[in-house]
Amino acid sequence: MNSIISVKDMCLWYGDHQALKNLNVEIPEKSITALIGPSGCGKSTFLKTLNRMNDLIPGVRITGDIRYKGADIFDKEVDVSNLRKEIGMVFQNPNPFPMSIYNNVAYGPRTHGITNKVQLDEIVERALRDAAIWDEVKDRLKKNALGISGGQQQRLCIARALAVQPTVLLMDEPTSALDPISTSRIEELILELKEKYTIVIVTHNMQQAVRVSDYTAFFLLGELVEFGRTEDIFSQPMDKRTEDYITGRFG
Amino acid sequence: MKQPLSKKRKIYEVLMKALMLLAVGLTAALVLFLLVYVIVKGVPNITWELLSTKPSYLTGRIGILPDILNTLYIVIATLVIVLPLGVGAAIYLTEYASNQRIVSIIEYAAEILSGIPSIIYGLVGMLLFSNNMSTCLMAGALTLVIMNLPTIMRTTQESLKTVPRSYREGAFGLGAGKWRVVRTVVLPGCVDGVITGCILSVGRILGESAALLFTAGFAHAVNGIIEGLASPGATLTVALYVYAKEQGEFGVAFAIAAILMVLTILINFATTTVQKKFAKKRS
Repeated sequence: MNSIISVKDMCLWYGDHQALKNLNVEIPEKSITALIGPSGCGKSTFLKTLNRMNDLIPGVRITGDIRYKGADIFDKEVDVSNLRKEIGMVFQNPNPFPMSIYNNVAYGPRTHGITNKVQLDEIVERALRDAAIWDEVKDRLKKNALGISGGQQQRLCIARALAVQPTVLLMDEPTSALDPISTSRIEELILELKEKYTIVIVTHNMQQAVRVSDYTAFFLLGELVEFGRTEDIFSQPMDKRTEDYITGRFG
Repeated sequence: MKQPLSKKRKIYEVLMKALMLLAVGLTAALVLFLLVYVIVKGVPNITWELLSTKPSYLTGRIGILPDILNTLYIVIATLVIVLPLGVGAAIYLTEYASNQRIVSIIEYAAEILSGIPSIIYGLVGMLLFSNNMSTCLMAGALTLVIMNLPTIMRTTQESLKTVPRSYREGAFGLGAGKWRVVRTVVLPGCVDGVITGCILSVGRILGESAALLFTAGFAHAVNGIIEGLASPGATLTVALYVYAKEQGEFGVAFAIAAILMVLTILINFATTTVQKKFAKKRS
């Protein structure tokens, strides 16, 4: 396996509280990595570190090394905009902007300087097709994005993230606010996206981790307890704590 | 034993209710009286000639066209200056500033600034602007800018705070820079706050007299906007004061009062309409 993101000895503090302790992990390319663990274990915090979304939170301090394609993401030379263009993000609650469906998807490309109408049309259509929502919205691209259902909004947000042509897609519990049918559609979509993208997904739902992921990382109290192939983690965990968690003894 | 006590309590209840009813009645009656009194005394004096001419000492004619224009100019000049300042300050404080202590000190200062009696603004404005440029509408407008800055800033800030954090995260997550996030996602969400602030400010400018007596002057000349701002002039409220106090023209004063009252009612109506419309859009 080729790793695309490698994390070495990473620690993260919120003020005086250490939220992540000495993480070491290699995220494999073009595969799905699930981050699991009980609430407050640091999995979302870790996810948001990968495209430096934690920069937005005052009082966060990070030590250690994170490399994306070999380059240090905390290097002063790194343009955060370009990093986030490469490493896109889908959030827990669908958060389309209060503007038209088209403008939502075109927001990213426009941010990165694409203004040509024909080119934008192409990008928007391809992103919506890739996010498996094109057929549902193609006749109302000019309608406000807040008017579609929650599940559609989340797929629109995925399309919006795809439109900037990222390499990695970070997903922070993307289905936790959705009904079972929308959830299964998003899971199918995630499996399809694996062809082209590296996906890191935080999930509370262990069945979901088993269904979609190739690799699983188990977090507990800010530590990465175990990382490995999903089938190994769920069939023969090495660590007693992982076993206790996946068999439902706590969490 | 129980009978007299409960009777006493009953009387007490009825008495208190009657007193409160009296208070409500008096309040309503006073407001209604003021409204009706001003309208009855004022409206008959509103003629087309009054609205469309300037005063002439030769013929003794009184017209308030210059005062209407002056009011319009001062409203425009004040808003043009105060809007970018107030909205800009609000954006900086809510979106950029990282030191929360300084932010709360500035917010507190703005809070105080909006409670200062307007005559103090007039005094400072006179020394700061009128003495340096001349007594003119522009000096009055600049004084009103200081007065209205806190209003615009606070209403914009409050409305910026209602824009969900998730919108900002979504935009940052796509690689947008700070200013792009503010311009495309945050500002469109706070238009209602800016509009509400504007309407409140217009109301305040229309009603202001003390600050303008010191700074903008009393002239009743018809000018274009540029010339008008550079020369002294009375707004409607100042003209009301001059006609009533200096010339004893109570008919004219009441006519102006009626006009101002109607404008105030319209402004109140506009504020609630804007707020209702945007509240509906949000939900």
